[in-house]
Amino acid sequence: MAEIELRQVEKKFGELHAVKPLDLTINNGEFIVLLGPSGCGKTTTLRMISGLETVTGGTILLDGKNITWLHPSERDIAFVFQLYALYPHLSVRQNIAFPLQAEGESRDLINKRVDEVVEVLQIQHLLKARPGKLSGGDQQRVALARALVRRPAAFLMDEPLGALDADFRESMRAEIKRLHIDQNATSVYVTHDQVEAMALGDRIVVMSEAVIQQVGTPNEVYYKPANIFVANFIGSPGMNLVQGVYSDGAVKMPGMDNRYEVPEDWENTLKQSLDDSDGLIVGFRPESAAVAQDGNLVGNVYAVDMHGAYSMLHINMNEHDIVHIRADRMVNYSIGEDIRFNVDPQMVRFFNPASELAITRREVE
Amino acid sequence: MSNFREDGPGYPVTEATRVDKVSPESRIFGKLRALIVVVIAVIMLIPVFVMLMTAFKARSDIVSSPPTVVFEPSLEGFVFLFTERAVVAKARQEEFKAAAETGELSLVDRVAFEAGQQVTGPSDYVDRLKNSFIIAGLSTIFSVGLGLFAAYAFSRFDVLGKDDLLFFILSTRMLPAVVVTIPLFLMFRQLSLNDTHLGMILLYTVFNLSLAVWLLKGFIDEIPIEYEEAALVDGYSRWQTFYKIVLPQAITGIAATTVFSLIFAWNEYAFALMLTSDNARTAPPSIATMLGRGGIEWSAIAAGSLGFLIPVVIIVFALRNYLLRGVTFGAVRK
Repeated sequence: MAEIELRQVEKKFGELHAVKPLDLTINNGEFIVLLGPSGCGKTTTLRMISGLETVTGGTILLDGKNITWLHPSERDIAFVFQLYALYPHLSVRQNIAFPLQAEGESRDLINKRVDEVVEVLQIQHLLKARPGKLSGGDQQRVALARALVRRPAAFLMDEPLGALDADFRESMRAEIKRLHIDQNATSVYVTHDQVEAMALGDRIVVMSEAVIQQVGTPNEVYYKPANIFVANFIGSPGMNLVQGVYSDGAVKMPGMDNRYEVPEDWENTLKQSLDDSDGLIVGFRPESAAVAQDGNLVGNVYAVDMHGAYSMLHINMNEHDIVHIRADRMVNYSIGEDIRFNVDPQMVRFFNPASELAITRREVE
Repeated sequence: MSNFREDGPGYPVTEATRVDKVSPESRIFGKLRALIVVVIAVIMLIPVFVMLMTAFKARSDIVSSPPTVVFEPSLEGFVFLFTERAVVAKARQEEFKAAAETGELSLVDRVAFEAGQQVTGPSDYVDRLKNSFIIAGLSTIFSVGLGLFAAYAFSRFDVLGKDDLLFFILSTRMLPAVVVTIPLFLMFRQLSLNDTHLGMILLYTVFNLSLAVWLLKGFIDEIPIEYEEAALVDGYSRWQTFYKIVLPQAITGIAATTVFSLIFAWNEYAFALMLTSDNARTAPPSIATMLGRGGIEWSAIAAGSLGFLIPVVIIVFALRNYLLRGVTFGAVRK
């Protein structure tokens, strides 16, 4: 149980700036997710917290104590690896007991703790087996048990579900969340899978190209993305982003004569921020658009994905923009037909094409 | 030192490394380890260095005790190595002395005379080196070439009795060469292969084949089979696949195997000594047998060993990257 603070932490590999100076505070008992595409710096950041990687600059504090230059073993942190890293020549029980033996604890204490942890993770039946013989999910449970048994101040997890089958991932995800809640531990979790991040995180740190793009709750990053990257990255598929030209309360979009009237509550903000004929990006999520006979916007059906509960239409609005819209699963849409749709005014977002930042709405009152 | 825990190493760390590896203690240990390795390496090289010095020493320096480290270099060893000599008769000594003073004698003759001898002709050292080149070189080419095909077959095909065959091939490395020398001698004599280049090449090829097959099989096993499957689907024949896809990827392995085979064949002593006498004799036995000619000519032996060493050093140095891979390739099994 601990608060982790990163102050201006950065990492360079030679000239390559893997993590640009970042500040982050992880609250006590929080489950925070570092999310981003490959190479964004999330794993490097996690490894710096654990001590497996040195920092090029900045400080890391655990409960106010400077741990930046402590050995990894001195930091009271447990690390769960993507490929489990279980000791292949030891049984499961020996694997789990190993960290406590390394600390020189008494036999009784070790047994007690191991039994507790095994109970939590329900792996009693695996105790005598060697890790090599277990399935991926079981191996991951053993890895979690090994981390749990130390009762550390914080858990660091590096894409622990990455190597598992898709169906397993769902159930393991729930297990990890349960564990976190039961143990009330501070957890830092790295993943590139935004579905996982949204499901698990109390807060999500979206990273890209060595920089934090946004820190927020799942709701915040989903409904109020700070910039184009977050809007695009979060959600499957990501937010639709169509660039047009702003002119007197409406956005003219290229192709097919589309003219989008900005909703009332955005009018003032946009009028103040933009001049006529400035570029403006309109963002809306697939579920916030609805097919309608008399819809404002029109496009041409490019593809149809059947998702069971709903259909996902790929709509070609012009030669650059294909937007995704959720549609009723019962209706058949044919490829090539023109489709009219509306965008829910409550859920639309606007972005500045030059800075790529979201335009935040000033509350009128 | 205790400041490290608070302040860190005092410079920005821009390499990928753990925190405990950057602490002052760890860095000192690292430097110490490097120093120890250098010291051990130097100690290992002392015999080579002694040999180098001996090749350039005059006779008196060689046998002096304690051994001299600083000395006047002399070409005596090399001259003795490359020439046949006879002792200058007392009667002719004056003649030679006069010729030496007027500068009529060549360098070689002058050096020989300083030891009281005159040159009668070239020695067979160069011929022996040539034999070594031919026999070792050709046998290496054959063993690696044949081994490559065998290794590919063992790796990719279901050969009948594969495990047994592989073990059998391996077992030929288990016997000391000397054990089979007598039967080989008799066989060679029967086939008139005694003291022939062909005989030695055949022999070395056979003995190197086991090493080549095992090493190359390891390397070929490492090449994912998907490349060949893709090529076969694309329409290449098995042979084309081998030639265009497998071979380029196996080049480092082939280089490593070649180096090992070459070193073995080049240094081979037992068979060369016992199965050759004059025509096909290679360098190793001939250098050793120089021991008995008119007193122990250490400088000549050292010079001969030096000459014998240099070609291999050059080749191994040129291929050192491949050699490193060959030595460590089996170390980490996925």
